[in-house]
Parts: sequence; structure tokens; C-alpha cells
Amino acid sequence: MTDLQQRVEQLLASHDPTTTEPADFLGAQFDAGLAWVHFPEGKGGLSLARGRQLEVDALLEAARAPRPDVARNSIGLGMAAPTLLAYGSEELQQRHLRSLFACTEIWCQLFSEPGAGSDLAAVATRAVPDGDEWVIDGQKVWTSGAHGADFAILLARTDTSVPKHAGMTYFVVDMADPGIEVRPLRQITGEAEFNEVFLTGARVHDGNRVGAVGQGWAVATTTLNNERVAIGAGADREAGQIGLVTERWRTDPSVRTPGTHAELLRWWVETEVTRLAGERLRQSLEAGQPGPESSAMKLAFAHQAQKVSGFALELAPEEGLTYHDWTMVSPERGSFLGHGPGYRYLRAKGNSIEGGTSEIMRNVIAERVLGLPPDHRPDKGIAFKDVPR
Amino acid sequence: MTDLLYTDVEESLRSSIRSTLQRSLDEGLPARLADEPETDVSGLWRTLTQQLGLAGLLVPESLGGAGASAREAAVVLEELGRAVAPTPFLTSAVIATTVLLVAGDEENLPALASGERTATLVLPWTARRGAWTPVHGSAEPVAGALGADLFLVPIPGEAGGTSLRAYGRDEVELEPITSLDMTRPLARVTLTGAGTEIVSGASADDAVDAALAAGAALLASEQLGLAQWCLETTVQYAGTRTQFARPIGSFQAIKHRLADLYLLLVGTQAAARQAAGTLADGGDAHELSIAQATAQAFCSDAAVHAAEEALQLHGGIGMTWEAPVHTRLKRAKADQLALGTPDRHRSDLAQLVHLPAS
Ligand SMILES: Cc1cc2nc3c(=O)[nH]c(=O)nc-3n(C[C@H](O)[C@H](O)[C@H](O)COP(=O)(O)OP(=O)(O)OC[C@H]3O[C@@H](n4cnc5c(N)ncnc54)[C@H](O)[C@@H]3O)c2cc1C
Repeated sequence: MTDLQQRVEQLLASHDPTTTEPADFLGAQFDAGLAWVHFPEGKGGLSLARGRQLEVDALLEAARAPRPDVARNSIGLGMAAPTLLAYGSEELQQRHLRSLFACTEIWCQLFSEPGAGSDLAAVATRAVPDGDEWVIDGQKVWTSGAHGADFAILLARTDTSVPKHAGMTYFVVDMADPGIEVRPLRQITGEAEFNEVFLTGARVHDGNRVGAVGQGWAVATTTLNNERVAIGAGADREAGQIGLVTERWRTDPSVRTPGTHAELLRWWVETEVTRLAGERLRQSLEAGQPGPESSAMKLAFAHQAQKVSGFALELAPEEGLTYHDWTMVSPERGSFLGHGPGYRYLRAKGNSIEGGTSEIMRNVIAERVLGLPPDHRPDKGIAFKDVPR
Repeated sequence: MTDLLYTDVEESLRSSIRSTLQRSLDEGLPARLADEPETDVSGLWRTLTQQLGLAGLLVPESLGGAGASAREAAVVLEELGRAVAPTPFLTSAVIATTVLLVAGDEENLPALASGERTATLVLPWTARRGAWTPVHGSAEPVAGALGADLFLVPIPGEAGGTSLRAYGRDEVELEPITSLDMTRPLARVTLTGAGTEIVSGASADDAVDAALAAGAALLASEQLGLAQWCLETTVQYAGTRTQFARPIGSFQAIKHRLADLYLLLVGTQAAARQAAGTLADGGDAHELSIAQATAQAFCSDAAVHAAEEALQLHGGIGMTWEAPVHTRLKRAKADQLALGTPDRHRSDLAQLVHLPAS
């Protein structure tokens, strides 16, 4: 038995996975260094290779241990945690890493604004210093899960006299601040998974700053690269949309036609190859932060999720004409695979927009991976306040 | 999970092959072979064999080989594919060698391992595992036959099963076929002698199937290397060619096509590594077959697409005989048809992963 296996055994022995409260179990998992084994000791990890987390997860899975609620806290787990580890102060790390892993803290991401989507570096929400605090004013949009979030990662402008990339700062914000108002935004599925968030005189202590003043872009890039890994990461063969389709195919001969068979096999191969590419990326990421290469996985994932979920409707057309429920709700957790095929088809449309659009992913690959010459940028080198908009 | 990365040993093998090819392969040769099919290219193979021992890569050390695995062979094929090098590595050192290894024939292997002789499996180049029939008198189009010394031929046996036989050069007649890809020219092979039986029945079928499967698995790496050459060459060209006072690579229409091509090759690489890795690990036969069929279903089309994109994005120059792009397109298209088309591998997959047609 390896040391790592022994640690998992010890955790399971001291905290019965079937009776321990999920939050307590996850807290103990964090304390044992088994939350993210590639994190340092005392911060949920053991400074091991990233890939060894899979061993831990497999053992915990087999023991039916409580797992972090990834659908509810994807921003906290997939984005805030690695960013805090890379740039957060010791105090911020101690305050948040454990609770966000235990999912007693749910997080959201206050990045996008009406005027700053793909061009995220154009954020206009201002953060102005006031003693040892910052005062935040502005509007964010498309904020998934803001209605259930305890904390947010926020990108705000702290200096308008320098070019856009240089004048931003990154903060951790308490969503309970009275200066924050969350309004649901209904999306094409009928649900309101995302929101508009208005910040009016919201106050943030300087201790909640992540990284240096003006370093926000570098910090946000770490978040986004991790987001793209989180979105693009596959796991088992036939996981995701393709699995729902193959199961239907195997159990319901009435859906089988020669044309759909050919198409099914094309998607099977494409999704299998993407799974292998994700695995290959994971193997090469054993150490270190994900780089722009992760954009390719995100691009592949979005394309396939959209095509395969659309194909699922054609496979069973009578069912495809129906919809599970149009009632407006603000769901507690995001879901790509839940509800009916109609919901999955519509929700997948967001996959090529959220976390950076597919067009932006192609720009990133072309310029940052392949090194092609940059596009023409009229705002280059111009102070943010002087850029015409 | 199979290791999908490259080991240091594999990387150093790659750089030796790349530098040897740079020294020993005249870049204009692939195109010239269409005009001068008689050109003697055996010198290149001799160099690769003598300096790097490529002929015996998969042969155990006890029989004079290097005792390496499919992973290393895959890296060799990536490099040979990049350069569209005219060598019998795939047909002799991979496919024919696997036939003999699986058949347990130790007599012919030492001469193959040393590079003294080359061999080929005589079946149409489109054959794949489980989809070939014994040869009645002659076969075409056969790859790797021109220039070979030893011909491994499955023929109908006396008792009804397959008889796998070895024929010498004087026991066959070869007629060259004008081929789409003249860097791997095809031939019609007619049996004129009796040959010597190696194995028969199920053992013969198994040896041929295993060789075709290994060939298909590793062809994916040749396709990968070729496709990467296409991407790299085109990225470089797009960064230097200017129109409208800017490099064409700064136009988004071109960037996005190259980004998509990059993504395609990320998948191609993963699929090719998985096929090579599972073959080398020699684990579960079912997983191996899935990996091979997946790799061929994906990488074949990917390589063709890469070559087609390279041509288009080079503009008029891409269409010329002068530029090397066409040699990659011809090899890519021929590779797509070789050892089972993508569609046929998808049919195999349908069986393997239980997704029946009806
Ligand atoms: C379901 C969903 C959930 C989301 N959740 C969050 C969240 O939790 N937090 C958060 O901060 N944001 C979130 N977003 C916002 C998301 O990141 C943005 O919508 C996205 O970055 C695009 O910005 P935009 O909507 O302003 O579109 P725009 O940037 O205006 O893009 C419009 C179109 O123009 C294209 N385009 C723009 N620039 C270029 C260019 N340079 N080259 C080529 N094409 C270009 C785009 O690709 C797109 O097709 C979410 C979005 C969705 C759909």
C-alpha cells in the first residue's frame, strides 16, 4: 500500500464515510492533505503530482465517501482555489481554502460586464481606495450562481490612467455586503442560472486583495486557464452527452437508422479522442499551472456538447419535440446533463460562450500557442480613460 | 491508464532520426519519385538501419534486434511521416516483422533485424484485421513489395484453413503500379514458386491479423507526424507571407483555421499515442482493438485535412510541384485508404463498443 493509500484509509477509518456529515468529512479530507494533493501541506495538499489526485478520488468513490458538490461550487473549487493558492495571501488561503472545499462557502465569479465580455480587460467597475478598504461601484453580468453565493472573485479597475491590462486589481468579495444587489436573468432554458450584479458602494478590506494592485490581469488569467481546464476536463469513456446517447441507442432499437448510426459513430470517435487528449493534457500538467493549451480542450468540449445534444433530439424526434418544464427558477446548481434532452440542447449553447467564447479560444490558440502575429488592436498602449467607447 | 506522453528515450530517438533524415534525405526526392520511379532509394534505408538500427527495432535482442516497443516504433513513424521518407519501415520492420514474431518464425527475423533483407506482407494495402482473404495466385495493390526480398503470403491451405508462406524474390513476379503516393509505391505480386510454409490454420490467421492491427495502430503515428509538418509549415508561412500590408497569419480567418487544425492535431496525437501505448503494453485485447480502430477512424481523416488546409493556406504556391505540400497530401490521402478506411474502422468500433447498426 502506498503512503497515499494509507492516508486515505486513515481518513476513512477516522471518519465513517456513510455517517459523517459531508462538510465534516470534506474538512477532514482537506486536513489530511487529500483535497488537492498537488497543493502544499496545510493547504489541502501534500505537494504531490497533480495526477495522483485520481488515486485518492477513486478510493473515496469506492468507499462512497461524500464528494464536494462540484455542480454547486464549480467556481470555488475549480477557479477560486487555484487562484488563491497562486496569488492569495496566507491569511486568505487559511480563511477560505478549507471551507470552499467543504462547500460550506459557495463562490461566484464577478468578471463579465455589459461592456466587457470577450474583451474582459475592458472591465469598468471601479475600486477606489478608502483607508484600508476599497469602495466598489459598477455592474457585473452573466454571474452564474450569484443568488446562492457567499463569496465572489471580482475583477475591478483601480487605475484608468494606464492601458487596460495594467490597471486592474483582483479581490475576494463577501456577497452579503449591503452594497451588492443580485437580480436574476432568465436564460433560454427558462431558468435563471445567471444574474446581474449591481455593486453600489460595496466595501472590501485591502486584506481581500489577491495579488498586487494593478496585477489583476495576470491573476484573472490564472483563473481563466483553470476554468477552461475545469470545463474541458472529461473523465471516463462515454461520459457527458455522448453517454446519454449511447445508452439510448443500446436500449432502444427503435432509434436506430443507417444515417444516425454513421453519425453516432463519428461522435463516439470524436468524444473518445477528446477524452484521450484531456487525459494527455492532464498527464503533461502533472506539475504547474495550466497554460493556453487548455483552450483547445474547452473548444472541443463545447463543440461536441452542442452537436451531440442536438443529435440526441433527432435520435428520438417525438420526445425531442417536448420540453420538461419552462417554469422560471433560480437553480441551486448548474447542470449540463440534467432534465430532458431539450434542456440539454439549449443549455449546451452556453458552452461556447461561458468561460471565453470559442472564437476567443481560437484567438488564444493562434496567438499564444502557435505564435501567429497579433490582430490589429486600436486600444493598444492607450490609457484606459482615453479609449473611445 | 496508458502513458500518453513521450519518454526521454523516445525524444532522443526522435532527434537522432530527425537529424539523420535531414542529412540523408534530399528534400526534393519525394516529388522526384513520381517522375523517376526507378530511383534507387535503398541508401536511405541502409543509413537508418546501420546508424540507428531501425530495421530491428521490434525484434528481440536474442534475434539480433533492439527489443524496443511499439512506442518507439511510433516515434520513428512520426519522423518518417513528417519527411514522407521512402523507406520500408512500416511494411517490413513493423508489419512483416510482426507477422513473423507472432508466427514464432525465428529463421527469417535475424536477417530482417540486421536490415540485410526486407520483407512485406502480401495482401492488398487496404486489408485490415479480420477483413482479408487468402491470396489466390496474385494480389494488388501491395505496398512494400518493390525492393523486398521476402514475401509473406497467406494462401488457401490444403486442409481449408490459411497457409502462411514465405516466398523468395525468385518465387514471385512484381509489376509496379503507378501509385497516388509514389513514396510508398504499390505493386501487383504474382506467386510463381511454391514458397515455404511458416504456420497454418488459426496461427496463420492470428499472425496476419496481429500484423495488420499493429500496422493500423502505428500508421496513426505516421499520420500524426505528417499532419504536424503541415501545421508547422503553414504556421510559419502564414507568419511571413504578407498581403494587404500585414502577415496573412494576422487575419482571423486564417488564425481560426489554424487554431482548429491545432485542436485536431491535439486529438490526433492523443489517439496515436493511445494506440501505440496500448500496443506496447500488450494489455487487454479488447481495449487494444478499440484504441486501434479509434486511432484509424480519427487520424486518417485528420492527416488528410491537415494536408488540404496546408495547401489552401499556401495559396497558388501550394498547388505547385515545386512546393513540398503536395507530397504530404498524396501520402495523407493514400494513408487514409490504407489498412482500412476510417468508415470501416468505425464499423469495427460499432461491434467493439456494442453500438449495433440495427
Ligand atoms: C451560461 C453562461 C454563464 C456565464 N457565467 C459567467 C460567470 O459566472 N461569471 C462571469 O464573469 N461571466 C460569465 N459568463 C459570461 C461570459 O464569460 C461572456 O458572455 C463571454 O465572455 C462573452 O462575452 P459577451 O457575452 O460580452 O459577448 P461578446 O464579447 O460581445 O461577443 C459577441 C460575439 O463576438 C465574438 N467576438 C468578440 N470578440 C472577438 C474577437 N476578438 N475575435 C472574434 N470574435 C470575437 C464572440 O466570440 C461572440 O461570438 C457566462 C456566460 C454564459 C453564457
